Amino acid sequence: MPDASGTVRHGLWHAYRLRWKRRRFLFRIWRKRRQIRAVADRTGQITEASILAFVTVRNEIVRLPYFIEYYRGLGIDHFLFVDNGSDDGTAEFLRAQSDVSVWTTQHSYKLARFGMDWVGWLQWRYGNGHWCLTVDADELLVYPDCEARDLKKLTAWLDEKRTCSFGAMMIDMYPKGPLKDVDYLPGDDPLKVLSWFDADNYRDQIHHYYGNLWIQGGVRERMFFAKDPARAPTLNKTPLVKWHWRYAYVSSTHQILPARLHDVFDFTANSRVSGALLHTKFLPLIVEKTVEEMSRQQHFENAPLYADYHQRLTENPTLWHEEACHYDNPSKLVALGLMSKGGWV
Amino acid sequence: MTLGVVMLVHTGFGRAAQMARHWAEAGCPVIIHVDSNVAATQYDPFAQSLSEFPDIRFSTRHRCEWGTWGMVAATQDAATMMLEEFPDVQHVYLASGACLPLRPIEELRDYLALRSDTDFIESATTADVPWTIGGLERERFTLRFPFAWKKQRWLFDRFVQLQQILGLRRKIPENLVPHMGSQWWCLTRQTLDAILQDPNRAVYDRYFAGVWIPDESYYQSLVRLHARKIESRSLTLAKFDYQGKPHIFFDDHLELLQRSRCFVARKIWHDADVLYRSFPVAKDPERATEEPRSGRVDRVFSQAVKRRTRGRQGLYMQSRFPSSDRENAVGATPYAVLQGFDDVFPDFRSWLTRQTSAEVHGHLFAKDRAHFVDESTVYRGGLSDSARLRDYNGKMFLTNLIWNARDKHQCFQFGPADSQDIRWTLAKDTQASIWVVTGAWAIPLFASDRSASDVRAEAARLQRIEHKFLKSLRSPEARARIKIKTLAEFIEAPMETLQTIIDDIAGHRGTALTEVPQMADLTGLPDFLQDLKNQGMHPFLTGDITENAAAQTRTVPRRKPYVISQK
Repeated sequence: MPDASGTVRHGLWHAYRLRWKRRRFLFRIWRKRRQIRAVADRTGQITEASILAFVTVRNEIVRLPYFIEYYRGLGIDHFLFVDNGSDDGTAEFLRAQSDVSVWTTQHSYKLARFGMDWVGWLQWRYGNGHWCLTVDADELLVYPDCEARDLKKLTAWLDEKRTCSFGAMMIDMYPKGPLKDVDYLPGDDPLKVLSWFDADNYRDQIHHYYGNLWIQGGVRERMFFAKDPARAPTLNKTPLVKWHWRYAYVSSTHQILPARLHDVFDFTANSRVSGALLHTKFLPLIVEKTVEEMSRQQHFENAPLYADYHQRLTENPTLWHEEACHYDNPSKLVALGLMSKGGWV
Repeated sequence: MTLGVVMLVHTGFGRAAQMARHWAEAGCPVIIHVDSNVAATQYDPFAQSLSEFPDIRFSTRHRCEWGTWGMVAATQDAATMMLEEFPDVQHVYLASGACLPLRPIEELRDYLALRSDTDFIESATTADVPWTIGGLERERFTLRFPFAWKKQRWLFDRFVQLQQILGLRRKIPENLVPHMGSQWWCLTRQTLDAILQDPNRAVYDRYFAGVWIPDESYYQSLVRLHARKIESRSLTLAKFDYQGKPHIFFDDHLELLQRSRCFVARKIWHDADVLYRSFPVAKDPERATEEPRSGRVDRVFSQAVKRRTRGRQGLYMQSRFPSSDRENAVGATPYAVLQGFDDVFPDFRSWLTRQTSAEVHGHLFAKDRAHFVDESTVYRGGLSDSARLRDYNGKMFLTNLIWNARDKHQCFQFGPADSQDIRWTLAKDTQASIWVVTGAWAIPLFASDRSASDVRAEAARLQRIEHKFLKSLRSPEARARIKIKTLAEFIEAPMETLQTIIDDIAGHRGTALTEVPQMADLTGLPDFLQDLKNQGMHPFLTGDITENAAAQTRTVPRRKPYVISQK
């Protein structure tokens, strides 16, 4: 299948190489297992049917109260957090939650494949046989009818269909007006202030190496990456997977090996059920946080390339525009064609 | 008369026990079959919890793997037990632990009492009804299936192929016409007895033991030999997805199920507390005799199947990404590509907007930026006007644009000065109507008042590019609606083409043109073109423009029908 990045690789040899790649990732995860240390281990609570959430955080005290509450409501039974050296009370907050296990580390986020090595180890140990949701603290998962049907129903339904992964696209949410000019208090629903998004400026193509659908676009591309579209943020994710100890995420949750797990779309013009991760990155605190991140340089492979992006974020920009779409409910995303109901009726 | 229930259970014992109790309390004897795979630790408490009901009994346990004979053997034993131990039973209802009665059981009983001779079983011949999934329609009756479909899929498929290649076939027992249908039936004592006591039963059993998914065909076929009156429909509301797997009903299906007036529905999500609380509905004497009508439920679920198998045309998204060679239509709705018209008529866009109320974009693929309808920097859906973003993936830009304003008919201008990467996508898209006036690029060059020698190179470049575009449009792979006219042909009779465009865009709403756009002044164009020729650059795409035709355009403003009203 031709696409902008050349021919998609396939065949037995490529499959074999991916297999070794996966083994290398697993080895790497195993090698780095001692980088994290348990500070609150409540994994004894995990039962056979538990749905688990895996999150790496750093200084997310503002988002976490709502985050935890939201995912509890969605049917997550146990949270496994890796705290990467927070100093704003995140660790204390997490320890105080009865359904949260916390590990801590001071090691480099970047060298741990942006936390995937740490989370990978926890998944290896605790995830096997469970439905595992791997998200960031600024991502809220929605899917068709999620107000009425929690993850227990969705995962049971996916089990019934013998599907072991669920795709969701990231949608960047932004406020009306300059980023810093809105009020947000911890515990509030971030979507009350970040209630706007770009409805459809997303580009899809097949990733030439991993074969996943590679989605780029959205507000960040429109505002910050128009000069270099190839560098625009990747938006496709496979956050929900029925885990097996042999699985490994590649780069964030954009790709996963074995590659069949991120085949969450159809070539044959059909559509499968899919969800969306509402990305609450652009809360007012982004402006200060960016200043800090710029000095830490822990976020991207090639930090200098993103300097312009970060520079502009510190200038309190307005992302909103006349054609911005207001977020009302998941059905709106279905109507717009950002996610699909598929056979999930 | 009494209704007996045969219940198949392999999981969800809590709900199954609840349902069994429910049937028993309504006075129906229940024979429960539990899959022999179920461990004693689950089976024993389940059996224990129902021990207080003398009319709930358990039949011999079989191993029920999906698609195998075990399911039929289980129902045979349970049904035999039912007929022997409960002589009052007149109808036997086959249900599962995940079946939920929607209406009072009394109503079901009354309904059956009025139809004491009728067997309710969906039963259709495979020859007439192409229902099945996976292509094994007739063949499930004529091939052998020693491998499990779920666990040994590869062997299953290969063995089927092997038999197909070798042309192996099983013999279908005499008199038997294979029928298929929903596995959830409700049969009369007479019919069921006749099936179970059939002198040839051993033959049939042996035969069906080798059929694939016999629980969808055993009773469905044999009932045709014995029944007095068959109603070929199931009393159990069960919907299946495109893979033939049952849909699950959740709490939010409450209203849908209420309106269906079906007697029993499956499969119910085991935690659907609202459904288990709400059903069966209370007795309503006025509605007691109503027929089940599953029409609305059918519609909702068949929409899902359609969505799952066809998807939304023109939508490219995370869970729908049709490959280009499989799909003829790229855009979500029809749209028009207009090349050369805005060169001939400087005022073309506003004129077209007035005539059709379509969304008339400028040069979307211009080199500098995308010129959206109102020259905005961001169009609907957050589509950016950045040329770089657009050209990074032009096809996605186009599909997003069409999808975002799919409530409107969109048109855009195109030309040889624009980015050309999109040309094959346009040419192959059945949703596109492409109208080209070839050689119209000569008009702006002519109007620039530069001499032919100055613009010669530019003219040659534009002509080369347009020629390439025309080649795509004329290739056998082009599937768009394409109309090509040379500039000369066009200015001879512009009205004709314009009227066709208007009709095409406005559809049935198109009316006769009342107002025509102002044509550029072309006096002197033939000389200009001749000059180009003299320079060695033959503008062959313009056609042969006579001085006469060109001069006509000059008189235009003075002629009544060519005047633009300025109100």
